Amino acid sequence: MKRMSKPVYLAAGAYTLSLGTGRPEFNPKKPRPGLDHYIKEAGRASLAQVSDPAAVDEGVIGNFMAARFNHQGHLGSLMTIVHPALEYKPALRVEGACASGGLALASAIKSVLSGLADVVLVMGVEVQNTVKAIYCADFLAGAGWYDGERKDGHTYFFPGKFSDRAGAYAAKVGPAKAREAFAHWYRNAVESARLNPDAQEHFNTVKDLVAQGMTPPNGKSFTDHLNLYDCSKVSDGAASIIVASEEGWRRLGLNRQDVVEIAGMGQMAADLTAPPPDLTEMTTCRKAAEEARAMAGVGVQDLGVCEFHDCFTVSGVLLTEALGIAAPGEGADAVLAGVTRRDGAFPTNTGGGLVGYGHPTGATGVRMAVDLWRQLTGKAGGYQVDVKKDHGIMVSMGGNDKTVVSLVLKR
Amino acid sequence: MINLDTRMQNVAIVGAAGKMGSGIALLMALEMAYRALEDREHTYVLNLIDMNDTALQGLLRYVRDQAQKDGEKQMNRLRALYKDRADLVENADMIQEFVAEVMLHLRTGKTLTLAKDALLVFEAAFEKEEIKFQIYNELAVVCPQAAWFLTNTSSIPLHVLADTCGIKGRMIGFHFYNPPAVQKLLEVITPEGCDPALVESAYELAKVLRKKTVPANDIAGFIGNGHFMRDGLHCIRDMEHLAEDYGFVQAVYMVEKVSRDYLLRPMGIFQLIDYVGIDVFQLILRVMDKYLKEGLHSDLVDNFIEMGVKGGQTSSGGQKDGFLKYEKGKPVAIFDPAKRDYVPMDEAFVKDMDSRLGAHPDPSLTWKSLSRDPEKEARMRAYFQTLKTMDTLGAGMARNHFEASRDAALDLVKQGVAARAQDVNDVLTLGFFHLYGPINDFLD
Ligand SMILES: NC(=O)c1ccc[n+]([C@@H]2O[C@H](COP(=O)([O-])OP(=O)(O)OC[C@H]3O[C@@H](n4cnc5c(N)ncnc54)[C@H](O)[C@@H]3O)[C@@H](O)[C@H]2O)c1
Repeated sequence: MKRMSKPVYLAAGAYTLSLGTGRPEFNPKKPRPGLDHYIKEAGRASLAQVSDPAAVDEGVIGNFMAARFNHQGHLGSLMTIVHPALEYKPALRVEGACASGGLALASAIKSVLSGLADVVLVMGVEVQNTVKAIYCADFLAGAGWYDGERKDGHTYFFPGKFSDRAGAYAAKVGPAKAREAFAHWYRNAVESARLNPDAQEHFNTVKDLVAQGMTPPNGKSFTDHLNLYDCSKVSDGAASIIVASEEGWRRLGLNRQDVVEIAGMGQMAADLTAPPPDLTEMTTCRKAAEEARAMAGVGVQDLGVCEFHDCFTVSGVLLTEALGIAAPGEGADAVLAGVTRRDGAFPTNTGGGLVGYGHPTGATGVRMAVDLWRQLTGKAGGYQVDVKKDHGIMVSMGGNDKTVVSLVLKR
Repeated sequence: MINLDTRMQNVAIVGAAGKMGSGIALLMALEMAYRALEDREHTYVLNLIDMNDTALQGLLRYVRDQAQKDGEKQMNRLRALYKDRADLVENADMIQEFVAEVMLHLRTGKTLTLAKDALLVFEAAFEKEEIKFQIYNELAVVCPQAAWFLTNTSSIPLHVLADTCGIKGRMIGFHFYNPPAVQKLLEVITPEGCDPALVESAYELAKVLRKKTVPANDIAGFIGNGHFMRDGLHCIRDMEHLAEDYGFVQAVYMVEKVSRDYLLRPMGIFQLIDYVGIDVFQLILRVMDKYLKEGLHSDLVDNFIEMGVKGGQTSSGGQKDGFLKYEKGKPVAIFDPAKRDYVPMDEAFVKDMDSRLGAHPDPSLTWKSLSRDPEKEARMRAYFQTLKTMDTLGAGMARNHFEASRDAALDLVKQGVAARAQDVNDVLTLGFFHLYGPINDFLD
């Protein structure tokens, strides 16, 4: 079985607000900050938490589609603007669609395990509000198989793909229950977002969120099985965290209670050209999470807090099954029973998740790690939950369950 | 018999670069593009005629920008239409191709000879009789014998135009509201002797363009202006009367306020006249009075035009100053013809005037708040019942205006301009965004 050859830790997490519809700062008609703004803000917020930024050995940044959204490549070089200490050190950008942030973490973990670095600054960034949603859909469709899928795909390609999953799931558990579970997932997400000042849905004042989530999907204007509340937002934002060896975080002037250990990691990719083996299962996520748990030597019952890649409410519900929180076909029941709520057995997406906080794609995996790290170190402020177990898990997913990074963290 | 589909293959718009013409051009350009995409066997041509070159270039830009927006909105339809085009994969590819398709059918020019193959000719040139006569005299010669003419005239009786210009039976009134691409209402005016096939096709076309049609009779002004001109004149006269006691600027303020806030309309009467243009208002009055001979005339309007106070819209859609002066689209001052200058509506002035008008029957009710209110019918009913009993200057003026508006509407039915009360009400609610039709029992 795969093992960490030495302990690796997470420290000094930070992220920017998620800018987009819903935020009072957002005005589609006015110019907005670009990649450099978010990279600087998030990266510097991390470095502000350590005594010696010069101790950073490497940088790695996750990003999905800046080449199209912002006509910008070469983000490894761009990320050195965070601090002069990054100049003339290794820095690279990694890409794995919406798991780009997760991949950045994996890449940094491997650098530390290799012994070539003790401190890696890991970032993720995406600035997507540069184009209208209809073109944004084109860019994001790059996470699917362009030659084989795009031509026949939906106008909104990924909502279309996950609408297919939602339809299949509805057929399996009953359409009424499925819709209700999606609506509850939405409600939970917004309730957490209201506690997180950086969340895109922070200012959402809708009284009956479940009723809103129950809005029947309209295939004519959007998709057959998902409504707009089922979707994560189009967002601009960045996240940042430090991956370090014990020697590394000591050099940064941190204490054990400031850091969490990365107890297990599962990273894998599945065939982009093949349709999912089962529309009602997130197979790759399941396997990656199993691998991460096995490496950490923990079971589902040991998890006290979770971060799921809920790009759509249906993904959230399916992930409860993929992670073993609910048995296959029972994710909807679990969500309806409140298992994933802030006060449930498995508090999930405590800062709002993708539906509530927002989904700046390349930043999301890193943002998840930051939220888990905050919960496990008691630094989540207004959205802190009572974490009853020592472990937490995150699943960062790219495309239609094609690239996955799962981490198990230990406080 | 040439069917509508065939006629849609060659269409001309005269006055295409104007306010109405450009909207009609957009509607037809989009419709043509979709037809062409589904029917590759025929060639579709839209001839855009206007004497103003600069405006024609602006028109092409407008159509291009709007076609892009339409393509973005109709993406599912475009994906289906382009499903066999292997080279078009992304939304952006198809939108770009669609915009090119829309532009492909457009021909622009300054002379009417461009309409020589057109089987369907829209006309939205200036509302001046001599210009319209000139245009139709020429079109009668230039266009095929089978051509049909759809005029957007707001006031000129069609039989006069058609008979004089030798196109009897081939003309119908296709009276869009501004902006034609957005406004749902279409007044269809059928003159006597109109070819029944044309009438049928006109309604068919209206359906294709997703318009709500209201039939009107061929009597100068038709329904929309038939009501608006009389409503406007009533208010101007009421204002002049009030001015004797309160002063001109004060009277304009009060009538404006009552016609908007007390009658729950989207804008006051003077803002509406400014919006349409005082010059256009005058032109329409003149035409109507020529045919109806009922004293539809205002010295005040003539004076304003002489002083160069005209209102209307800037080319980018901004509001020009008229009775009122506007800042960011909001009225801020009132024109005083004695001073030949605008008098600001400052806080003290507004307070003073409002206290003279007396309390508003229910300040919580506005056109805006009611527009989205599912209970609006019941609320308005209760509101007007309150207004009915109030003994203030404002309430009295409101009742007076309300009744004048209703009487003008009833006259339109009596004179046969409209076939039914509902038709007048539809024109006012859909075309003028009133919350209620003028023919109602709110004050009974
Ligand atoms: N503006 C409205 O709200 C409205 C509403 C309904 C109907 N109408 C009617 O529509 C018609 C057009 O009104 P508008 O407001 O669009 O006017 P406009 O002044 O904006 O446009 C008229 C256009 O016609 C062009 N034109 C004039 N004479 C021409 C000629 N001989 N050959 C070629 N082009 C010529 C002008 O260059 C101009 O671009 C009028 O009959 C008007 O009564 C207007």
